[in-house]
Amino acid sequence: MKLVVAVIRPERLSSVLEQLFRAEVKGLTISRVQGHGGEIERVETYRGTTVKMELSDKVRIEIGVSDHFVDAAVEAIIAGARTGEVGDGKIFVLPVDKVVRIRTSEEDRAAVTPVGVPAG
Amino acid sequence: MPNGADTAWLLISTALVLVMTPALGFFYGGMVRAKNALNTLMMSFSSLGFVGLAWAFFGYSVAFGPGSPWCGGGVYFFLRGVGLETQGTIPHLLFFAYQGTFAIITAALISGAIVERMRFSAYLAFITIWSLVVYAPIAHWVWGGGFLAKLGALDFAGGTVVHINAAAAALVCALVVGSRKDYARQAILPQNVPFTLLGAGLLWLGWFGFNGGSALGANRIAALAFVNTMLAPIATLVVWTILDLMRTRKVTAVGAATGIVVGLVAVTPAAGFISPMAALVIGAVAAIPSYYALLYRARTRLDDSLDVIAAHGIGGVLGALLTGVFAQKSWNEAGADGLLFGNAAQMGPQAIAIVVTIVYSGVLTFVILKAIALVIPLRADAREEGQGLDFTQHGEEAYSRGEGAILLLDKRSDS
Repeated sequence: MKLVVAVIRPERLSSVLEQLFRAEVKGLTISRVQGHGGEIERVETYRGTTVKMELSDKVRIEIGVSDHFVDAAVEAIIAGARTGEVGDGKIFVLPVDKVVRIRTSEEDRAAVTPVGVPAG
Repeated sequence: MPNGADTAWLLISTALVLVMTPALGFFYGGMVRAKNALNTLMMSFSSLGFVGLAWAFFGYSVAFGPGSPWCGGGVYFFLRGVGLETQGTIPHLLFFAYQGTFAIITAALISGAIVERMRFSAYLAFITIWSLVVYAPIAHWVWGGGFLAKLGALDFAGGTVVHINAAAAALVCALVVGSRKDYARQAILPQNVPFTLLGAGLLWLGWFGFNGGSALGANRIAALAFVNTMLAPIATLVVWTILDLMRTRKVTAVGAATGIVVGLVAVTPAAGFISPMAALVIGAVAAIPSYYALLYRARTRLDDSLDVIAAHGIGGVLGALLTGVFAQKSWNEAGADGLLFGNAAQMGPQAIAIVVTIVYSGVLTFVILKAIALVIPLRADAREEGQGLDFTQHGEEAYSRGEGAILLLDKRSDS
C-alpha cells in the first residue's frame, strides 16, 4: 500500500474530487492547510499596514491506496489540480507499513479496498 | 418656512434609507463565498461614494430639474440653486439628499446579479454611468413631473423606479457579464447566513424611511405607508415559511431573509395608497411567484447570482400591478381608486410604467455595459475569479488569520 499525499489549491478541490471519483478512487481525507511553494507573493494592505502573505491557503488530500491504484490516483489529482502556474502544489507517495480498517479490523489491502469491491 | 415636523421626519428618513445600502451589502455579502465577501460588500459601499457624487453633480438635476416630460434640465447641475428654500414643506436641499439615497441603493441592488466575477473598476464605471443615464431619467418620468406621472401611474416609493428598474438592469448584467465559472458545476454556498439575516433586518428598518418618508412629511399618509411597510413583509414571511415547510419540511433562514425583502419590495409602490389589510394581502400573495421563481432560476443557465430578478423584479412587478388593484382614494385622496374600487382603468398606466421601465432600463444597461467593455474587460480573469475577488480586486481578505504575514515597513524592503 501507499499513502498519496497531495497539497493543492483550495479552488481546485472540487475538480480534483471529481477526477478522483471518476478514477474510482474512493476513501480520502482532506484538511485545510497553509503553505508556501514559491508562488508569487501576495501583498495585502490594511490601512497603513502592508503585509506580504508568505503562506497561501492550500488543501491537503490524503489517500491510502493499494499499489496498482497509485498511478490512477496521481493522474487524477494532476488532471484536477493543474493550472500551469506556480503554486499548483505537490504530490507525495509514501510507503505504508500497515493499514487497519477500524470497523472490521481488516488489514492492509483489504482495508484500503472500498466496500463492495473484491480485494485484488 | 419649512414645516418643522415634516423636516424632522425627512431628516430621519434620509438617514434610514442611506443605511439600507450598507444593509444590502450585508444581505448580499452573507450569500457569497468567503473569498468574495469584501468584494460583495464593497459593491454596495462604493455606490454610496460614486453614485452619491454623480447624484450631487448631475443626477439630481436630470431627475428633478425643470425640463421636458422625458428628462430634467441642467438647472441644478452641481447643486446650483438647491438651497434651504422650501420645497413642498421641507428644505429643498433635504429633498435632494433624500432622493440621493434612493439613487445609491438602486444602483447597488444590481450588484446581486454579477457578484463573484465582475471586475471592480468596470463595476464602478457601470453604476456611476447607469445612475445618470438610466436611474435619473426614470425617476424624472415618475416623480419629477415626467410622462409616466402625467399618465397617472401610481408608484408611491419606487416599485418601478427602484426595483423593477434595478431588476431589468440585473437581468441584462447577468447575461452580458456571464455566469461564474463555477456556476452549475459545483455547489456555491453562503459564507455567513447571519450576515444575510442582519442585512434583511436592517433593510426592513431602513424601509420605514424609504416608504414612510416618501409621504414627504410627518402626516397621515406617512403613518399609512409606515404601517403598511410593517404589515406586508409580516405576511410574506409567514407565507414564505409555509411554502418552505411544505417543500422541505424545514424553515430556512436564507428563505426568511429573502421573504422579508420580497414583501418590502412588493408593498413599496402601494404603501401610501392602500388599506392595511390590502398590504397584508399584497405581502402574502407576493411570496408565491418569487418563491417559485427562485427555485426555477437556480435550474437555469442564468446566473443572477443573488436573485435580483426573482426578489426585486417579480416582487416589484407584482407590487406595481397590485397597486392598481388595491389603491383606494378613501385612504389617500392624492392617489386613485384601483380595480377593486371600480377603476379598472388604473391597470393601464401601471402596466405601461412597468413595460416602459423594463425596456428602457434593459436596453440602456446593455449599451452602457458594451461601451465599458470597449475600455475595460467586464470580468475579472479566470485565475482571479478562482482566487477570489477580495484579494485580487481589493488586496484584502475578509477572514485573514495573519499567519505567515510579514510586515513590509516601506517600499524598499519589498524586494
